[in-house]
Amino acid sequence: MTTLLTVLLGCYLLGGLLPLCTSRPHLQNSLAHSSAAAGGSAGIALGLGGLFAAQPLTISVPSNIPYLTCALRLDPLAAFFVLTISLVGLAASMYAYGYVREFTGRVSVGLLGSLLNGFLLSMTLVVLADNGFFFLIVWEVMSLLSYVLVVTEHERRGVREAGLFYLIMTHAGTAFIILTFLLFAQESGSFSFEAFRHPDQRLPEGLRSIAFFTALIGFGAKAGIVPLHVWLPYAHPAAPSHISALMSGVMIKTAIYGLIRVYFDFLEGQFPWWWGFTVLSVGAVSALLGVMYALMEHDLKSLLAFSSVENVGIILLGIGAGMIFHTYGLDELAALGLLAGLYHTINHAAFKALLFLGAGSLLFATHTRNIEQYGGLLRRMPWTGLCFLIGAVSIAALPPTSGFVSEWLIFQSLFLSVQLPTLFLKLMLPIVAAILALTGALGLACFAKAFGLSFLAQPRSPQARHAVEVPVSMRIGMGFLATSCGLLGLAPMLVVPLLDRVTAPFTGVTISGKVLALDGWVVAPVTVEFSSISTPVLAALLVGAAGLGLAIARLLRKKTPARYSKTWGCGLPLTPRMEYTATGFVQPIKQVFETIYQPTVKLEQEFLEQSKYFIRHQRFHSTIEPLIEQYLYRPVVTALLGAAERLRVIQAGSLHLYLTYIFVTLVLLLLWAG
Amino acid sequence: MKTDVQVMLQIGFVVMQLIMLLALSPFIVGVIRKVNARLQCRRGASLLQPYADLAKLFDKQPVISSTTSWIFTAAPYIVFASTVAAGLLMPVFISHTPLNFAGNIIALVYLLALGTFFLILAGLDAGSAFGGMGSSREAIVATLAEPAMILSILAIALTAGSTNLSTIVHQSALLEGMVLAPPAHLMALAAMFIVTLAETGRVPVDNPATHLELTMIHEAMLLEYSGRYLALMEWAAGIKLLVFLTLLVNVFAPWGIATEATPLALATGVAVYIVKVTGLAVIIGVIESMFAKLRLFRVPELLGSAFILALLALVFFYTLRG
Repeated sequence: MTTLLTVLLGCYLLGGLLPLCTSRPHLQNSLAHSSAAAGGSAGIALGLGGLFAAQPLTISVPSNIPYLTCALRLDPLAAFFVLTISLVGLAASMYAYGYVREFTGRVSVGLLGSLLNGFLLSMTLVVLADNGFFFLIVWEVMSLLSYVLVVTEHERRGVREAGLFYLIMTHAGTAFIILTFLLFAQESGSFSFEAFRHPDQRLPEGLRSIAFFTALIGFGAKAGIVPLHVWLPYAHPAAPSHISALMSGVMIKTAIYGLIRVYFDFLEGQFPWWWGFTVLSVGAVSALLGVMYALMEHDLKSLLAFSSVENVGIILLGIGAGMIFHTYGLDELAALGLLAGLYHTINHAAFKALLFLGAGSLLFATHTRNIEQYGGLLRRMPWTGLCFLIGAVSIAALPPTSGFVSEWLIFQSLFLSVQLPTLFLKLMLPIVAAILALTGALGLACFAKAFGLSFLAQPRSPQARHAVEVPVSMRIGMGFLATSCGLLGLAPMLVVPLLDRVTAPFTGVTISGKVLALDGWVVAPVTVEFSSISTPVLAALLVGAAGLGLAIARLLRKKTPARYSKTWGCGLPLTPRMEYTATGFVQPIKQVFETIYQPTVKLEQEFLEQSKYFIRHQRFHSTIEPLIEQYLYRPVVTALLGAAERLRVIQAGSLHLYLTYIFVTLVLLLLWAG
Repeated sequence: MKTDVQVMLQIGFVVMQLIMLLALSPFIVGVIRKVNARLQCRRGASLLQPYADLAKLFDKQPVISSTTSWIFTAAPYIVFASTVAAGLLMPVFISHTPLNFAGNIIALVYLLALGTFFLILAGLDAGSAFGGMGSSREAIVATLAEPAMILSILAIALTAGSTNLSTIVHQSALLEGMVLAPPAHLMALAAMFIVTLAETGRVPVDNPATHLELTMIHEAMLLEYSGRYLALMEWAAGIKLLVFLTLLVNVFAPWGIATEATPLALATGVAVYIVKVTGLAVIIGVIESMFAKLRLFRVPELLGSAFILALLALVFFYTLRG
């Protein structure tokens, strides 16, 4: 285990340094991405090893700085997240080997590869850190490296703005995490996580609740929960696609890790029911708003980023339900909720990274992210198309894929609210389940749009018409994740025991024997009587029924082969302009939910002088109002800018004046201290 | 030896259920058409006409649009498979359906959603405006129907203490441990009925008999299909209708369903089931003739009311039980 950890750290460090020692782009590319891939493979082994280890592995390197020890601890929770990070990291580094060619000449490939290694290393250390100070340092390194990666294409104005927005939000979040840790440190007198876990005396109730909220805000800003998500749809798409995959797939999961660590490990014990309910509500709002904005987005990468907000919400539904059950001492159900949330965490890591890599391939082939400019790509890029379809079906939670299993488990844990003692929660959890159903249905529409309008029908732009399939290394990266998605869905009997080892220390019960019934062929929410599914059987049923359809069709048909002909265009030659556009596709949804979207449509028409029935040209402009930015952030920013404007009076630029300020401040401080 | 017989029996039930779904669905479509015709003072086509239609379509040479991808030809098989698989998960004539363990009601809803997903893709693939229009409308109708459907079934599931369809149906057939809460049941039934009309593309949400492309939803997505592909799509639509009717009759009125595997109980189960779904098909035919198709943007109100009814069913369930 220690060897594996050393290999992992060594690979990432070498991958971070070596590419900077040579100036040949091709060598840089190979060095950086092969060591990142090696580190990822070591990480997968380390994660699996850590999940099965009897005792957590701890390593501690003391330092001269007070409170800081470079302490690492590989317990099952950390091991699970190391596994998730490394899985996506491995795929992203294989993909990046081909993808960075896109950047040759514009950005240093060596620098990009070196930063990738550093980013992977920092994320791994975040989940391994066992000391508050050390955690904050690697957390900050992770944030800064991802910022640098976001602004890779800094020559574009939008990218710079997205980066700045991200930097501000992530630091606001870090401030809240520092607050949380300070609260714990105050009680335990140390920054070691071990001391947080077993303080001399428990925090008073009020402070525990404050720690709950500061952790929720601090980690929530990174996870992208509504209303702290506003930076995410700008920052994630701006980065190179394999970095977007890492940011959306795993970086936001480090925040989920932080929340579980704080709530179930540091604040363990009975917490009030409204904690769980708050997490649940935040999750429900994030899930619904996330998917609704994703639907309206026609920039493929922004769509995927908004959908990450949705999926973080869904993960929080599982965790929130687990917390509520934990409050009432229903340990098995608490474990179920937590397990469902974690299952969705690894699933989302796999399919969201896959979709981002797919979006990157489209960007690579067409040089645009706009869905309106795509079309007909499945015939031109069959492998990318197939991988994207697998990702889309998984994220839409359709059986028998991975997303279906985890969403199904979350549904079941919400339905089992029937065992809760209070009427309020008994009623609210099914309503949350209905919101999840609505989210699921909107997600289906969203990814039917994302796949259908990108890959089907005729190309709507010259770039799409001339697109060709991406290089092999990129296809391998996507194929690896597509296989993982399939495995996570079809083999829950392999996944559930792993997750059970993560949740067992927090809930005190192991449930994998109950969740997996009938020799592991069936997944059930603790009781088979309540409900059960079996994805392998469902897959077999689907294949069997499709085979039956094929057999019937073969039996009943004449021997004439199919004839190919043009689509009926009402007598006109069929052009791509006759197709439905992404805007048109979501128009009914926009109109039905107009209270949330608040759409504005501007139509400018210019007529011929002779008659107003003939239009010379017209412009159509349609926007939706980002409610949260408009009503929550704009007032704050306006107030801040106003205050800054007023404070400008004291900034005259004269050195004498500033010296006077220093003097006055000194005198005032002396007076105050005296 | 005994377990072998048991297994053979279970497989026999699955095959029997499969044959019933496949064989009965065109008949149900025929019944609704017949009722529509009679109410319009027409004699209408024979009840067996849908079978003849399917046989004819399977025999015809299909024409495939040259702009399409493999999705277009794969979609009919996927839609057919997902609908059939969903049908095998629910109790039809025997309350303990063998494949019950493979999926509960959520799995059934999501299997049907798998079909919807590929139907939407198929509509987009040919690149005509009509297909896209159908897909876009199907997306909004399916989106709004799903929460109402899940809540209404949950209201019933809570009464039975299970979301397994077999358990729900078995318990309510025996009235075992079911404290009947009539208001809750009736509201959930009403909600589920509205969802059925929406999901299976009946008037007032969609009109399966329309010839005007601009008013189509389901038919618009199928416009480019022909031959065996069209046959599979039409058959799948018929099976989906039958799945919803079966859910309605078996969850809300399971009387007569076989609760044990004796020949007499099975025979009664099959006979009663056919009578019940035919009766429900007649009711749907009458409703279709009584109402005009709603404008698309009035459909959300209808499905919204279904959602509220289902929610009320849930509230009543908890408050009446105390």
